[in-house]
Amino acid sequence: MTTPAHTTQSSGLTVQALTVGYGREDVLHDLSIPPLAPGKVTALLGPNGSGKSTLLKALAGLVRPRTGNAGLDGLDLTRLDHGERARHVVYLPQSLPAAVHLRVFESVLVAARASDAAAGPVDLQAIDQLLARLGIAHLALHYLDALSGGQKQLVGLAQALIRHPRVLLLDEPLSALDLNYQFHVMRLLRQETREHGLISLIVLHDLNVALQHADQAVMIHEGRLHAAGAPADVITPDSLAAVYGVQARVESCSQGRRQVLIDGLQAHPG
Amino acid sequence: MRHAASAAGAYRHILRRRAGLIALLLAAILFALLIDFTVGPSGLPWRALWQTLAAPGDADPTYRVIVWDIRLPSALMAALVGMALGLAGAEMQTILNNPLASPFTLGVSSAAAFGASLAIVLQFGLPGIPAGWLIAANAFLFALLAALLLDAVARWGGMNTSGVVLFGIAMVFTFNALVSLVQFTASAEALQNLVFWTMGSLARSSWTTVGVLALAFAVALPLAMRQSWKLTALRLGEDRAASFGVDVRRVRVSALARVSLLSALAVAFVGTIGFIGLVAPHIARRLFGEDHRFYLPGSALVGAVILSLASIASKNLMPGVVVPVGIVTALVGIPFFVSVVLRRQLP
Repeated sequence: MTTPAHTTQSSGLTVQALTVGYGREDVLHDLSIPPLAPGKVTALLGPNGSGKSTLLKALAGLVRPRTGNAGLDGLDLTRLDHGERARHVVYLPQSLPAAVHLRVFESVLVAARASDAAAGPVDLQAIDQLLARLGIAHLALHYLDALSGGQKQLVGLAQALIRHPRVLLLDEPLSALDLNYQFHVMRLLRQETREHGLISLIVLHDLNVALQHADQAVMIHEGRLHAAGAPADVITPDSLAAVYGVQARVESCSQGRRQVLIDGLQAHPG
Repeated sequence: MRHAASAAGAYRHILRRRAGLIALLLAAILFALLIDFTVGPSGLPWRALWQTLAAPGDADPTYRVIVWDIRLPSALMAALVGMALGLAGAEMQTILNNPLASPFTLGVSSAAAFGASLAIVLQFGLPGIPAGWLIAANAFLFALLAALLLDAVARWGGMNTSGVVLFGIAMVFTFNALVSLVQFTASAEALQNLVFWTMGSLARSSWTTVGVLALAFAVALPLAMRQSWKLTALRLGEDRAASFGVDVRRVRVSALARVSLLSALAVAFVGTIGFIGLVAPHIARRLFGEDHRFYLPGSALVGAVILSLASIASKNLMPGVVVPVGIVTALVGIPFFVSVVLRRQLP
């Protein structure tokens, strides 16, 4: 598979007036987000239950929004059929790949071959190279059901990246990784995003990771947009107090990078 | 020499090895068929068997009946039913994401048996179906209903693995009780027919039933193979598969239709033969992994080997008597079932 050439300037991903819910509950309320540009890593922030995962699922077409749309160069992602959407968007759920009796290499191949749209031959060497870039080439012939949580998470990333999406939606891709791999993966994602002009929207829990690695940040709270912009403008003591209910400082470290320090809980959250 | 650094090369090598394994299984089936064909209560000598097979016109009419109407159809039926149940079990375990799933353990076969018993005893069935196909059609209808019910419970009930198994067991008991109820009201002659279903026996195989099951399998296997990548992707998790472009709903429904068709025909023709659909997928998974391009046909072939061997055993357990093969598979299958339960910590 080859990456589609981005000859024309993409206008990015837009989310407009999205309302999504399960049963009678609405999780996202009329949510609009400023356009997400290609080649940028956007951190999606917010406390538990704020609707981050639901937003990703709606963009990936796994839940149908009640109203609103998500546009990508004139396409409405929420209305496309399965195969068509899978050509543009990949979503990686929070859960790790199931522990099945498949070799790592096969599981990545399956991800590339699963949709009808990808009926052409898959370049097996490309899988080799991708696994090497993720630092798991030595696991290629291991079975998934014999891997650790962190290793499975890296395999999950390989499954997403082999599809060469234009929009990459990752739900907490670092949750099972140690510090070294967290850094490695974020650097790799940034590099992939730049090189291929991806629109990467990544749910991150670690605000310091967001400050260090993301190009921009979107913070949502109770299904509504709280702030969007440069990470340093979004992650502020005020927004952390309002959204997370914590007393926090954002200070520059000795190397000039911003760091979030949590001092305590808000007396009156919200 | 293969370069150790290239996983792609090693993977190609693995694919070739799997293809070889498939060929080996095919050879094993042929071998088992051969033995199954040569053993039987009539104790015909080898020479007579081959002569009758090669030149049926010149052979003794008794030999002809034994070879062409009994031995051959039932030996082929054993392999075919094994294939059908092996494939059905493999698809079911994937669709329900459940290592204990099989047509027999989760009530699909029992439902089919109930449908068949309604047709046998009460001649109850869908209007417009020719009388000769009433049993098979009824079995299919009830099997499909049971399969869809299982799927609904697994999917919308939000039930975990053991919950689905318990629901399936409840269906087994329910349909068995209903079959007993039908038995209770049956005439002596119908009862005799019915007992045959509950035990599972190859004795009544005919060329027609062999042909129909072969046709159904020949339709189901290519359809399953066409979805093999999608089914493999489903193993990685439902959301993941959907995000990779798999229409999960369509894959599930079509797989369940195939499962229902194959297990219903198997039940309609030979009764409830248990545990093939449970055991074969586990063995196939060990042999081939879960790439469904190999796992699905592998499970079908393993099922055929097992049932052929069981058929041979059923002729040798007691001298001069063919024990219903369902009894043999249950005796072999139950320890296996228990070992799966004990080994896996079900969620």
